[in-house]
Amino acid sequence: MIGNFLGVLFDGVAYGSLLFLIGIGLSVTMGLMNFVNLAHGAFAAFGGYVCVTAMNQMGVPFLASLPIAFVLTALVGVLLERTLYQRLYKATPLDQVLFSIGLTFMAVAGMTYVWGPIQQPVRLPEFLTGQVHAAGMDFGIYRLFLIAVVVVVTAALVYVVDRTRFGAQVRASVDNQQAAAGLGINVNRVFALTFALGSGLAGLGGGLGIDVLGLDPSFPIKFMVYFMLVVAVGGAGSIKGTLVAGLVLGIFDVAGKYYVPQIGAFVIYALMVVLLVFFPTGLYGKKT
Amino acid sequence: MTASPQHRLPDGRWRAAELAIWLLPVIGYFAAPNYLLLGSQIFIVGLFALSLDLILGYAGIVSLGHAAFFGVGAYAAGLLASHGWGEPISGLLAGAVAAALVGWVTSFLVVRGRDLTQLMVTMGIGLMLFEAANKAAFITGGVDGLSGMVMGKVLGVFDFDLEGRVAYLYSVAVLFLVFVVLRRMVYSPFGLGLRGLHHGPKRMPAIGASVYRRQIAIFTIGAGVAGIAGALLAQTTQFVGLDSLGFHRSAELLIMLVLGGSGRLYGGLVGAAVFMIAQNYLADLNPVYWQFWMGLLLVLVVMFARGGVLGGLAALQRRFGTKTK
Repeated sequence: MIGNFLGVLFDGVAYGSLLFLIGIGLSVTMGLMNFVNLAHGAFAAFGGYVCVTAMNQMGVPFLASLPIAFVLTALVGVLLERTLYQRLYKATPLDQVLFSIGLTFMAVAGMTYVWGPIQQPVRLPEFLTGQVHAAGMDFGIYRLFLIAVVVVVTAALVYVVDRTRFGAQVRASVDNQQAAAGLGINVNRVFALTFALGSGLAGLGGGLGIDVLGLDPSFPIKFMVYFMLVVAVGGAGSIKGTLVAGLVLGIFDVAGKYYVPQIGAFVIYALMVVLLVFFPTGLYGKKT
Repeated sequence: MTASPQHRLPDGRWRAAELAIWLLPVIGYFAAPNYLLLGSQIFIVGLFALSLDLILGYAGIVSLGHAAFFGVGAYAAGLLASHGWGEPISGLLAGAVAAALVGWVTSFLVVRGRDLTQLMVTMGIGLMLFEAANKAAFITGGVDGLSGMVMGKVLGVFDFDLEGRVAYLYSVAVLFLVFVVLRRMVYSPFGLGLRGLHHGPKRMPAIGASVYRRQIAIFTIGAGVAGIAGALLAQTTQFVGLDSLGFHRSAELLIMLVLGGSGRLYGGLVGAAVFMIAQNYLADLNPVYWQFWMGLLLVLVVMFARGGVLGGLAALQRRFGTKTK
């Protein structure tokens, strides 16, 4: 029973850290530019497809395909940001939602056209499969790897945001865009770089997540709500909030599917509505 | 120069252009007898879009889960009909009441937050109902859908026929009646108050109007109208699928409304007609590409044509003709 519970907790944490990794980019774009980007999942899916293509068609090893996914997705992200997204920063949330839904539909159709409608298989390298036995329990090695990657990425992110000049510019722009621009910070550049970083992380998450979340063209729509959820519950623009929200949602989702499979995804939606009713700006959101 | 439309005092008189629009279904009935099924679909979806227009275009509540109420209405009417109560009008009312009730209960959750929270809560409610209908297969039929309905005659006289003549006339009659009522409501002081919510949510309390109550009222009404549309679909097709609650339906609905132009009552109808006819032709070619074109259309409308078809027409009118004020 206890072992069971710990197993569920462990899977939930692995799943939640994946949600965090993909969601953090969304959180930052929402906190920084107030942009409701429903197409964020499409970036994650794109990263996943980059991984699969690099591995299956070019024979790149799995670990090497991940940075490629990060870089390519970041490039696509910055391209779209400069050409399309930045025109809509001042638009109403409705316009942004419609625009990003449109983009999502186009991405889904485009991915179906290029990669076909089927689930993409992923062959993990030998050393990442299997289980380790510790303290009377079995842990999937890949899930441990996932958690480790997310810990490293989080540490790097916190370092960048808290300790570097660029991080200070980002924080200043989140707090008060006008004042930041007035102090000589090139807010547009900060926006573009953050967007690139956010979409790159989504792409990385998409690549890492193929084994856990699966990958087919409906990915951006299927998981849209999860990513939005992580951000809405965590509070836009907060790394800590996104992390907590990702873990909480991951654990509840896995636990709900394990203990009460007959009501399935209901648990997570109910949790979301309840959390949003009590914390309308998220757990760590900016007070407005 | 003319004043922009929203500053004009409400003028509830019917205009010639409106009468012309309502002549179209009559002409369509005689001119395109092979497209009656498509026609009744357009009326139903048009009614659904109209209900979203009330809460989005007038009250400014962004909803990504409006299909929830459509689905509730559809299942309510469908369940009645499949359990032996086939009388259509009362089924329609049951759908409206059920959806309005769900809308009223959920409205308290929805109106609490601002844009993003509203978006997420409506989406969450939609997904929750979808999951509920999916899991409660012993009531709703689950993924197989609800079928086996036996519909009675409309008004005890007209039996639903295979060519869809009665379905067509029934749908357009319901659409017209509901439209007339809503049109009256929009031009009433209550309707003006709704516009106030949209344009100045901070000023409304200052003049003594409760934002909260109006939002709850309009959300409930919008849900009820969506329920009527859902019930109408259930009755005319005698089938209710899970997709009537799905996220896709909510998203497509937003697209139609924006395509037609929100906040104008007719926007939803025009958008639904354009969208459904385009879908009918393009989706036959390839369903996957259809989604691509739909997405592209949406992006283009947002970037270049805010206000949609009707917004564009109004801009043209302002530019070239000054005769109609």
